[in-house]
Amino acid sequence: MHASLILRVSAPLLLWVPLVISFYLLVRGHNAPGGGFVGGLVAASGLVFFAMARGQTAALAVMRLPPASWCGVGLLLAAGSGFLAWLDPSAGYLTHRWWFPDLPVKLPLNTAFIFDVGVYLVVIGTITAMVFALVAED
Amino acid sequence: MHAPELILLLPLLLGIAAAIVVACLRPAQAAPVGAATAAVCFALYLGLAGGAPVSAAFWAVPSLGVSGGLRLDGLAALFALLITGIGTLVLLYAGSYLKGDPRLTRLVVLLLVFMVAMLGSVTANDVITLFIFWELTSLTSFFLVAYDHEKLEARKAALQALLITGGGGLALLAGLILVAIAAGTTSLTGIIAAREAVLAHPAAVPAMLLVILGAFTKSAQFPFHFWLPNAMAAPTPVSAYLHSATMVKLGIYLLARFSPVYGDEALWQGLLTWTGLLTALVAAVLAFRETDLKRVLAYTTVTALGTLTMLLGLAPELSAMAAVTFLTVHALYKAALFLTAGILDHETGTRDASALGGLRGVMPWTAAAAVLAALSMAGLPPFLGFVGKEIVYEAAVAADGGAGLIVLGAFLVNTAGVAIAGLLSWRIFFGARPATPKAPHDPPIAMLAGPVVLATFGLLAGLAPSLLGGWLLDGAAASILGHPPTTYLALWHGFTPILALSVVTVLLGALLTLFWPRLMRGLQASRALDRFGPGHGYDRALAGIVACAEATTAMVQHGSLRGYIRLLLLVAALGPLVVLIAYDGAAWPADPVLDPRALAFGMIAAGAVATAIARGTLAAVMALGLVGFGAAIVFLTFGAPDVALTQFTVEVLLVVILATVLLRLPVHGRDTRTTRQRSGDAVVAVVMGSSVALLLLAVLAAPFDPRLGDWFGQNSVPGGHGQNVVNVILVDFRALDTLGEIAVLAIAAFAVIALLRGVARPLRRGN
Repeated sequence: MHASLILRVSAPLLLWVPLVISFYLLVRGHNAPGGGFVGGLVAASGLVFFAMARGQTAALAVMRLPPASWCGVGLLLAAGSGFLAWLDPSAGYLTHRWWFPDLPVKLPLNTAFIFDVGVYLVVIGTITAMVFALVAED
Repeated sequence: MHAPELILLLPLLLGIAAAIVVACLRPAQAAPVGAATAAVCFALYLGLAGGAPVSAAFWAVPSLGVSGGLRLDGLAALFALLITGIGTLVLLYAGSYLKGDPRLTRLVVLLLVFMVAMLGSVTANDVITLFIFWELTSLTSFFLVAYDHEKLEARKAALQALLITGGGGLALLAGLILVAIAAGTTSLTGIIAAREAVLAHPAAVPAMLLVILGAFTKSAQFPFHFWLPNAMAAPTPVSAYLHSATMVKLGIYLLARFSPVYGDEALWQGLLTWTGLLTALVAAVLAFRETDLKRVLAYTTVTALGTLTMLLGLAPELSAMAAVTFLTVHALYKAALFLTAGILDHETGTRDASALGGLRGVMPWTAAAAVLAALSMAGLPPFLGFVGKEIVYEAAVAADGGAGLIVLGAFLVNTAGVAIAGLLSWRIFFGARPATPKAPHDPPIAMLAGPVVLATFGLLAGLAPSLLGGWLLDGAAASILGHPPTTYLALWHGFTPILALSVVTVLLGALLTLFWPRLMRGLQASRALDRFGPGHGYDRALAGIVACAEATTAMVQHGSLRGYIRLLLLVAALGPLVVLIAYDGAAWPADPVLDPRALAFGMIAAGAVATAIARGTLAAVMALGLVGFGAAIVFLTFGAPDVALTQFTVEVLLVVILATVLLRLPVHGRDTRTTRQRSGDAVVAVVMGSSVALLLLAVLAAPFDPRLGDWFGQNSVPGGHGQNVVNVILVDFRALDTLGEIAVLAIAAFAVIALLRGVARPLRRGN
């Protein structure tokens, strides 16, 4: 089945706009509506749109890694972010750490964001894996 | 780490390390490395045996009241020496017995893991450690019995052994936990010290029965005895090691361990004495039905286990020494005889006792070992078996209640033992020699070493029993008694009535050996034994479980997708309804406030109606999307922007996915349901809707507790540096929950990929 010409031409737009929005949602998530979960959903919908328009092969090429690997990388990031808590021996696993470097711009560095990126990647991986597996292509 | 901790842990670590190393070796190198490891462990325990008990604490879970560790006292040392000593010989033997078998590496690894599990079980000083290693022995036994897994018989026997010992293991776990709760500690020494508390606990009797059940299944007591002969499907080294010398004695070990706690209880004594005696007699009779050497030996092992159980049921003052002596005697001669049976099988090509004879001339060394071991089994002086049999008779004669019956039982069992010993030595190695499938000769030294060493040791120890007693057995009996034993071992007790009993035993046994073929055929002809045995009951129970599972599966997994969904929805709807009605929870909010924002609900209602009356599937999906967007708007207007955002995205994705899938399925025509089906679906929908509505109303009627929300609201910025409370909860306060959730997501993704791989093209990197 071939997607319509309009869909095929607008495919990059349908991919990159959600991806940019998703990243914005991810970054602002800690202080405003958003976060890794919603961000991942938005990014995944962009990828699914792209797959509908250009085919799964093209979508997988954009993703570079297979969806299952995205899940794995995300889980590793999320689980790994918790180990940094032990820089303080009395803190429990997944107690997030924050650094506020002395810079002209406000730049809070923290492990909570790494955790959220992990969530983001797992959500993208899960949804694309399920959709691509469900919607077989020959 | 201190010295005792290291030295108790060392054999276990060595065994595990050796198992890992052996796993990387070629089959020819595996057995020698395994045997060397076992020998080193043997030497370690040899250095520790006979001394004061050594104990070391390793681990504890204070919040659960668990304190664990290892302890080596007399009883543990006796077992550890048997395990590592016989282990060394068996591993050496296995390398030669299974020469050229590519699976030899696996066998050696499993035997080493088993050895570690056994050592852990007998040196454990807390019930949790004991139980973990106990289960590990069942598990390794399963894999070892199923060594020839291409054979149906081996698989069935392995499963049977696992189900019975594993089921008993569950009972044991329950019993041990009850005992630990009653004693207030999981430590074995602590439990023995808290004897009064354990016995006074309301659940004392069930706890004791559960522990006994665990021990009886492991040690193949009636009516669980049938798994042991079937486990003979394992290779002979495994049978010699697990199913005669060590693992099946673990139940005996457990009973001995708990003897200081329960030994004076009438129920304990009665159960152990009479079950043990019954087991011994039943197995002695069944042993005469068999011609397969290994099965004969297996039944005599059951007989010995029954005798041991019986001894532990007699008053401990008398029987502790008898039990540990007979246990040692039996382990020595039975392992030797098993290994001999393996040699016969290996060299002649058959292990049918009725087809063998006169092998003395062609296999002199094997014959010598077998005769020595058999003489010990028959209990003739000056073998250790004689010492063992004398002391068993002494304990039986001195029994408090039913001494006459016990002595008679012990007499019959011993007579059968003499007869079988005669069968295994005299009938096989002397007399005329029938033709065998292979031309027999003595096996290589690696295979001969086991039976020769074990049988010789039985002779030497019999000549100087007080040496063995003072060094090892006194300490083991002291562990059971709680104080040093008052009896002592001796070869010659003078002309006593017990000696007369021994003489009669031997004579009658020899007579039975002469008439063995006739006796065997007579018993084999009796079909009643097959029909009513517990083994038959096991088969029926197993078939019943399978039939029950098939019926349930057929009922639940009927294959109708609509049926699945209907069932799921009905259960989800009726669950809350039943709870609401049962607890009288249905309620109407106290002051319903009509909010103009609630108009957004109109959109949801419209969507729902449109879904219900839509004629095409695609239209229904679109209408369902309307419901979702309506819900998102509700979230938005009532101040949950995060939830709304997620809901919007999910709805977009859902519609896109459903549309994509539906476009590829041949269902985008009109609704094919009949009016009857549609009305059925409507009922389900109404029930589901009403249930949720009632539930929500009841929730709203309950007083709202704002403590959690307030706490998170106040602590979000100072504790999590974030304004968005929802996100701070997700990634910080409840990060572990989120980690679990994303792990579930990923697992679900992998499951979908695995399930649909056959349908969909394999997911791989595009090129």
